[in-house]
Amino acid sequence: MAINLLNEKLSWRSQQANRISRMQRAQETLGLALSGKILPALEIVPLLHSVLEPGDRVCLEGNNQKQADFLAESLRSVDPQRINGLHMIQSVIALPAHLDVFEKGIASKLDFSFSGPQANRLAKLVSSGKLNIGAIHTYLELFARYFVDLTPRVALVAAQYADRQGNLYTGPNTEDTPAILEATAFKGGIVIVQVNQIVDQLPRIDVPADWVDFVVEAPRPHYIEPLFTRDPAQISEIQILMAMMAIKGIYKEYEVNRLNHGIGFDTAAIELILPTYGEALGLRGKIARHWALNPHPTLIPAIEAGFVESVYSFGSELGMENYIRARPDIFFVGPDGSMRSNRALCQVAGHYACDMFIGSTLQIDLMGNSSTATLGRISGFGGAPNMGSDSRGRRHASAAWLKAGKQGRQASGQIPRGQKLVVQMVETFREHMHSAFVEKLDAWQLAEQASMPLPPVMIYGEDVTHILTEEGIANLLLCRNVEEREQAIRGVAGYTPVGMGRDRRVVENLRDRGIIQRPADLGIDKSLATRDLLAAKTMKDLVRLSGGLYDPPRQFRNW
Amino acid sequence: MQRLVFKHLDGKYSSVQKPVIAGVVASGNLEILIEPSPHSGACTFEVNTSVTGFDATWKAVVADFHQAWLFTDTKVSINDMGATPAVVRLRLDQAAELVATSKSSKLGG
Repeated sequence: MAINLLNEKLSWRSQQANRISRMQRAQETLGLALSGKILPALEIVPLLHSVLEPGDRVCLEGNNQKQADFLAESLRSVDPQRINGLHMIQSVIALPAHLDVFEKGIASKLDFSFSGPQANRLAKLVSSGKLNIGAIHTYLELFARYFVDLTPRVALVAAQYADRQGNLYTGPNTEDTPAILEATAFKGGIVIVQVNQIVDQLPRIDVPADWVDFVVEAPRPHYIEPLFTRDPAQISEIQILMAMMAIKGIYKEYEVNRLNHGIGFDTAAIELILPTYGEALGLRGKIARHWALNPHPTLIPAIEAGFVESVYSFGSELGMENYIRARPDIFFVGPDGSMRSNRALCQVAGHYACDMFIGSTLQIDLMGNSSTATLGRISGFGGAPNMGSDSRGRRHASAAWLKAGKQGRQASGQIPRGQKLVVQMVETFREHMHSAFVEKLDAWQLAEQASMPLPPVMIYGEDVTHILTEEGIANLLLCRNVEEREQAIRGVAGYTPVGMGRDRRVVENLRDRGIIQRPADLGIDKSLATRDLLAAKTMKDLVRLSGGLYDPPRQFRNW
Repeated sequence: MQRLVFKHLDGKYSSVQKPVIAGVVASGNLEILIEPSPHSGACTFEVNTSVTGFDATWKAVVADFHQAWLFTDTKVSINDMGATPAVVRLRLDQAAELVATSKSSKLGG
């Protein structure tokens, strides 16, 4: 019997052929305007018309800091009669232009990770049927799918400089670019890059010209958000008290040396009291030595005090460039001296090589599930779930990982294994007296409204090991059953309805067993919880401690 | 403005000879005055708050504070400008710590 061979009927090179015809169309359209790979900014919309096809998967670089904003605005200007039904796959929905393409029908489907600033409008577009969400991912999941079933046909990315051949310098904010380009360039896709400037000589080559098809010098530099800058002047005494509990009750207790901090004032407070409170406890060189972290300005005092040995970053932070350049022992820098970041690799580092994630959230339920999705907002996840989950594939041991694993599997007869510390740090009441603790997450209702297959949970309760509030620390590893777990959570939920609903007798028993620890149980003197404990109280202090190397963005300067 | 008064009679320790003040009257913050109230046998709390409708929360915060310190012959006055319970409890404990240190320094001196 004859085998019906596929290759008698089909080409194995249809993607390559399609790529060649797109490139030919671009050549014909642009003609002499194209100089090698470089085209003038005015020709960008004609280029998009010639290389895009309806229904294409398009990866538009927009992460939580660096934005290919000129390309985003240019895509908004294409003719929806010619280019429509695009499937956008991008990490972050941050700019109005990112959603304008859906409003106009240029795009119809979206796979993404995070949408902070555009969360309300995104929810509206979903309910009007103009935007169909494929899935909400963590960064690592989305990057992974670039190489499996969401490979881009066209990638629109941003870099700092290109040379005349099309080599790229992405500089400190390399971030998502390598992952996007690797997937696109090696699967017959087309890569279009906006750069701030075309130069004769690059400081270093971050992306070789072979991976790049078109380069355009944008009329203005790409936008960068100083997302990780927190002004010490805004840190409250409650945050300082919680930071004291974190250091004494968790960092010291578990000897946490490899860690990631979430974004926000709660963790900034920890960074700022390492050189004061941490030093007084004799913890320098014993905790918080290796970090997967963006270059937080609030980490400067701990670096200068000798707490920090290394920091690998997802992206950079505006104003930190010169400080980083002057501290190559701490940060990862290229031969040219400027920082190298890579979001995908840093996510992997945070997931597999860190012993602890500690961060804030908006809502926590009675099982410890947490979510930043609240009603009317589809904000997504970003990287927190990759950091804030136990890495079940991990095999190497450390003191912190072993201790957490031992506590979590006590007397269960299971084979020994470690566990990552996942700490949720929240004040019991957010602003306007909104309780951070709820019986049921808004995520359930949101899932129903937007027809999502899953409620958007950021960190699953089964991964959370500790919940830290101003009232104390609940160690969920030591809870023997779900009833104890619920009471442990109620026991640190303060005067919220969830906290008031505690069984006082059970909570006191949990406290006797060390499952709940109050500041007094940890030997913490609340009268020390004042702003005097901050190693830097203002932005100016940070500049001074950096030896004048940190250059804060204008919105953070009040002098 | 709302005025709330709570009285606890099961105190054990006298608090201060001299009044102690903690905190500041500012948005999201509060001012606390702890002063002697001789021979009353009670610890009374007088709360003046800019936010209405949290009577049960105040009652619970004050009761927990009293259980922790068990002051007698004491009056605690609170001027609140919308502080969260977390801030209220921190300020109360900070004021009580001041009481404790002012007593011990007196003993030491």
